[in-house]
Amino acid sequence: MKRLTLVPLICLALVGCDGPGDEKEDAPEPYASRYRPLPSEPVLFTGATILTGTGDRLDDADLLVRDGAIAAVGQNLEAGGAARVDASGLWITPGLIDVHSHLGVYPSPSVEAHADGNEITSPNTAEVWAEHSVWPQDPGFVTALAGGITSLQILPGSANLFGGRSVTVKNVPGRTVQGMKFPGAPYGLKMACGENPKRVYGGRGQAPGSRMANVAGYRKAWIAAADYAKKLEANENGEGEKPTRDLQLETLAGVLKGEILVHNHCYRADEMAIMIDVAREFGYEIAAFHHAVEAYKIADLLAENDICAAVWADWWGFKMEAYDGIRENAALVEKAGACAIVHSDDEYGIQRLNQEAAKIMGAAARVGIEIPPERAIRWLTANPAKALGIADKVGTLEPGKMADVVVWDGDPFSSYSRVQRVYIDGALVFERGNPKVNPATDFTLGTSAVAGGAQ
Amino acid sequence: MRRLDVIRSALAVAAVTLAATAHAEVLAVTHARVHTVGPAGTIENGTLLVEDGRILAVGSGVEVPDGARTIDASGQVVTPGLFTPMGQIGLVEVNAVRGTVDYVQRGEQFSASFDPMSAYNPRSTLVATNRIEGITHALVAPAPSWPDELGNRSTVFSGLASVVNLGDEDVLVARNVAVVANLGETGGGVAAGSRARAFMVLSTALDDARDYARNRAAYERRERRDYSLSRADMEALQGVLDGTRRLLVRVNRASDIVRAVELAEAQELEIVVVGGVEAWMVADRLAEADVPVILDALGNLPRDFDHLNARLDAASLLAEAGVRFAIGGHGAAQNHNARNITQSAGIAVANGLPWEKALAAITLAPAEIYGVAGEIGSLEPGKRADFVIWDDDPLELRSFPAAVYIGGKAVPMQSRQTLLRDRYLELDGARPPAFHDP
Repeated sequence: MKRLTLVPLICLALVGCDGPGDEKEDAPEPYASRYRPLPSEPVLFTGATILTGTGDRLDDADLLVRDGAIAAVGQNLEAGGAARVDASGLWITPGLIDVHSHLGVYPSPSVEAHADGNEITSPNTAEVWAEHSVWPQDPGFVTALAGGITSLQILPGSANLFGGRSVTVKNVPGRTVQGMKFPGAPYGLKMACGENPKRVYGGRGQAPGSRMANVAGYRKAWIAAADYAKKLEANENGEGEKPTRDLQLETLAGVLKGEILVHNHCYRADEMAIMIDVAREFGYEIAAFHHAVEAYKIADLLAENDICAAVWADWWGFKMEAYDGIRENAALVEKAGACAIVHSDDEYGIQRLNQEAAKIMGAAARVGIEIPPERAIRWLTANPAKALGIADKVGTLEPGKMADVVVWDGDPFSSYSRVQRVYIDGALVFERGNPKVNPATDFTLGTSAVAGGAQ
Repeated sequence: MRRLDVIRSALAVAAVTLAATAHAEVLAVTHARVHTVGPAGTIENGTLLVEDGRILAVGSGVEVPDGARTIDASGQVVTPGLFTPMGQIGLVEVNAVRGTVDYVQRGEQFSASFDPMSAYNPRSTLVATNRIEGITHALVAPAPSWPDELGNRSTVFSGLASVVNLGDEDVLVARNVAVVANLGETGGGVAAGSRARAFMVLSTALDDARDYARNRAAYERRERRDYSLSRADMEALQGVLDGTRRLLVRVNRASDIVRAVELAEAQELEIVVVGGVEAWMVADRLAEADVPVILDALGNLPRDFDHLNARLDAASLLAEAGVRFAIGGHGAAQNHNARNITQSAGIAVANGLPWEKALAAITLAPAEIYGVAGEIGSLEPGKRADFVIWDDDPLELRSFPAAVYIGGKAVPMQSRQTLLRDRYLELDGARPPAFHDP
């Protein structure tokens, strides 16, 4: 019965939910988001320390959430019927956003049957979409939620020059990936520099076997994509035949049209500089360099080109291109006026991006760069939102934005603070110690005494 | 001529060293909050006296002798040097560069006897990177073996583990304190089959080593039955059999942990559980058998079927049950980022472990587990002067050491990473950063 009523409801909510008979010029978006905010009640938090994500810190402040959105932030707000939550002593931040995750595509348990994040069969697999690999039952989504993650970008791996499309999701437990997809978020394209592609393919006696062949591979692909885009455009203008649909070129052409954002795995400073020139040659923009271990060496160049550097706090030395990693990296990027992001690339690190930021803050302070909490929080909220093209919807606590909110039991940059509550679109989705609120994935049911791992 | 110069200057250095020994300077660290992790507990406004690389005294009313070099540590925190209880520091530079990786062996020639310490490099960049963040000691242990070119698997043994300090000289604290073995899923993998086979390989090896010890002469005459291990390996296991050398067992699933405890009881072995994410489920059994755990305190996901019940408050549960444990690094963070044991300890505190126990779990507890607590692990008179002066709470990630002492000597607060940082602090020079260094 429930099932029967659900289908029309979903259809009503979707744009272009036509039957198969209704052929239209604008085909419905494939694999469209079916995310629906969970039911929520208005709530007013009072007396909290609020890091707004805009760079401000408000002490003894209130936050009003209504209809799934931020209604107001400030002092002495009127509840107007909203439930009051005394948040004195607590800290409130925007929901954390991880710009680099493989949850769902490399889920736990990390068994071979689940390894769906890298299509290691060709250096260019721009045609694959990460969302077609996402397993929503990955227990890592729940533990990430307990760490305050409300949105994340799930990327293909880095074996290939072009790894495929990423997908940005809301960290709500879903039965399907469509039920998690962040509505209106643009797609990303995963590109990779350096050691991985040349090792994987060079090892097979195939191109690329060197960094110069990496670059040749990008350029060849962009030339083909530019040609494809030109034919499509011409056809739209009534000239020439419409080219046969090509999934690989479609994604690359999407980048050239500015609809798909480039997320470029690139460790070394010199390689990032080359990639900036590749982008210039073909007229696209790079949203962010990921694993930008050497971003601090070219922080000025990143600022000049408005490219974010997404980095770990302190991973280093696991391969040559990571040998020069330093803890101050993000702080030096920030100091140069560029956009710094702390990312995880890891199902454990994603549970504590706040602590990773704390390490950077401490290291930076040692060399006289003081980064207060209200600025550091942007590495985990506003800046990843910008890189993902969703900054108009999330990343800060500004009226009208989605009410993705984390309540902490203390300064989020202290080792001893933990997430108390997480709200996504105003709905309470995690409350520490309250199993009635907290989700648990199917996988942990009956296998684990500690369902979800997030006590 | 040149050679003579060298000899002369060497003599001069020796003379200076002798003089220093004859009139040993006393170092006094004063006005600090001292966490001794020893019987003296935490001392407010404490003084630590150091002479000849050893702790002379520690307390609140300790008088500073005339002529002592004094460091005023007002507002600062002093702890014992931290001890990373499992890893391969000094045996690796870059994981993906095979030639720098010395913590693993392949094939079957050596198993329990594989002793990687001859490869230990005190000049590895990992040493300075970790010690300037307060890590003064490490267990250096081999990793599970890899198959050789023919695909031959090693036995369940990884080899021998030693305790080092992260100083520049006299680094060995205790050689070959343990033999490392692998059970559970990892054990099944290296034993080429079921985890039951790993268990059989282990118990057969112990039986063989025991038989060998009783029949060495016959073995030399080739008059004894075939053994599953080489002579070197059986020799390495003798300490395990007589209880002077620990058997470190990498194992995570509760049922496998219980099997290991049963084996230890049956054969009277001193075993240590390494990993132990499900140890909390059998904590009473571990406490009863007094089997300690080197805990992966961050592994809270079911990354395989041995980790189904991993949880972040495992340390607190072990403490409540009276299990002895040290907190280790997580996954790849045991070497390059061994420094992050402070993060693991802090997270354990956030999840219910008392702060003092968390500090002990990264100082005294590993020293006790490896039998070196008479020398290191806490700030007590007579012990080695391995300590850290912190600007704040050492388990807070924004806090850093102001100074680190190993054997009474301050280590230079410099690493390859601080050099890179300083080179790129300012990017506006007219000449490239390569010209920046002094």
